[in-house]
Amino acid sequence: MSDTSISAAQPPAGEQEAGPVVALRGVSLDFDGPPVLEDISFSVASGETRVLLGPAGVGKSVLLKLIIGLLRPRKGTLHLFGEDISTLPEERLFPLRARAGMVFQESALFDSLTVRDNVAYQLIQERVPDGEIDTRVREALSFVGLEETFSLYPASLSGGMKRRVAIARALIHDPELILYDSPTGGLDPVTSTTIIELIVKRRDVHATPALLVTHRLQDAFTLCNHRFDSEQNCMVPLPAGETNPNTTFLMLEEGRLILDGSLDELLHSDNKFVREFLE
Amino acid sequence: MATIAIDRTAKQIVLAVQDYSLFAWRAVLNLFRPPVYWTDFLMQSDIIGVGSLPIVILSGFFTGGVLALQSAATLSEFGATAVTGQFVGLTMIRELGPVLTGIMVAGRNASSMASELGSMVVTEQIDAMRALGVDPMRKLVTPRIFSSIAMLLLLTIVADAFGILGGAAVTVLISHQNGTQYLNSAYEHLRYSDIIQGLTKPLFFGYLLGSIGCFYGMRTTGGTEGVGRSTISAVVTSSVLIIAVDFVITHILLTIFPT
Repeated sequence: MSDTSISAAQPPAGEQEAGPVVALRGVSLDFDGPPVLEDISFSVASGETRVLLGPAGVGKSVLLKLIIGLLRPRKGTLHLFGEDISTLPEERLFPLRARAGMVFQESALFDSLTVRDNVAYQLIQERVPDGEIDTRVREALSFVGLEETFSLYPASLSGGMKRRVAIARALIHDPELILYDSPTGGLDPVTSTTIIELIVKRRDVHATPALLVTHRLQDAFTLCNHRFDSEQNCMVPLPAGETNPNTTFLMLEEGRLILDGSLDELLHSDNKFVREFLE
Repeated sequence: MATIAIDRTAKQIVLAVQDYSLFAWRAVLNLFRPPVYWTDFLMQSDIIGVGSLPIVILSGFFTGGVLALQSAATLSEFGATAVTGQFVGLTMIRELGPVLTGIMVAGRNASSMASELGSMVVTEQIDAMRALGVDPMRKLVTPRIFSSIAMLLLLTIVADAFGILGGAAVTVLISHQNGTQYLNSAYEHLRYSDIIQGLTKPLFFGYLLGSIGCFYGMRTTGGTEGVGRSTISAVVTSSVLIIAVDFVITHILLTIFPT
């Protein structure tokens, strides 16, 4: 970790002492062919934001789906919230998944439901009273700046708006872990910055552990070099040379983890693939 | 090469049957373990039952009419046109009502289930549902299967009734026979075993069309083209299986209730 890191939104001491939120040990996966992921080991600690880098098609999204139990590893162990989910029956996975939030690459909003019902999906299943649902949905939509979309259907939203609604849906349950699958993929620079700002806000205000998949270096650097200023209610750059200590990096190359470290380690890596990716 | 291809195809078929059996069994078990989504059950009942009513009424009515037309021509050669009602009634209630309704509802709803669930799979909505801690088997599959069973039973009764009415209309308006005689003949020769036969079949057919529609939908791969393939497979498989299973059930029921 870089010496110039600043201390931002540290999680409570009790959480720090607890085990990692996510821990993978020697995880491999294939789909009856060449391995998609091979011997992956890393962890996500409480309050930590990990940025998973790599070009398209190296298995980043598959890795996220493994972590939340949507896919099963062929080899290795995978702990989510301290429980080994690699062999856990599907029925026992649902309560664990409900504790996490996931933002899918293409938003994956339910197209037959309104924005309100999409965001409130978990609350509706839990039979939370309608009045409370409306209040919490408005709060979540306000967090992503989309209060006016409350009654709209996903078809009438732009790509960036859909992504922000997906973030609101992932956050409404106050998750203990958030998984972002290329949240800025295919979006224009302005909308991408808005989404990264939301992620920084969540990281710095709530200290929720997160794993963010992206192939866009600028997003990764923005996450590392900015903090959320609650007074100005916007993302501001950290002083020159300072980085967020809770934001670290992982990089995949053809299903193998080739880097696990800080921004400094990423920038000074000797690995040829990392160098090429950075350039 | 041919042996390898046959071997691979055979394995795929066995695996598909195994997957389907596990899928269908899980859907049944889900009905007896909470949470059961009763609201979804009612919504699906409306879509499947009320939505299929017009096609079931029309197909039942015209099938009864055709049966009356065809049978009247043959029966008149033997001077037995008086038993047209018995012929139409028994054929509709024991055989054509359940099978025809099953195939019509399969065409409309197995395809709808496969395409709807298939679209949800390819747009990651099913994964999103699982990620939100909701079991798609309980939320989407079980309500569709059991709504199909319940609604097919009721729709079969409707098809039987309109089939007999269609036969009556043809008998009175085209064959110029006595309507009361037709209805008496249809009613008097009806036994409980005939009704049991006619109402047992839709339970199996409903289960088949619901589970096959959902099974193909949930197994969809390959984007929008895959959704199309799943839809076709669901309709073809459920329709063929309804006819095949009808043969088996009829054989068993005829053993239990000999004519």
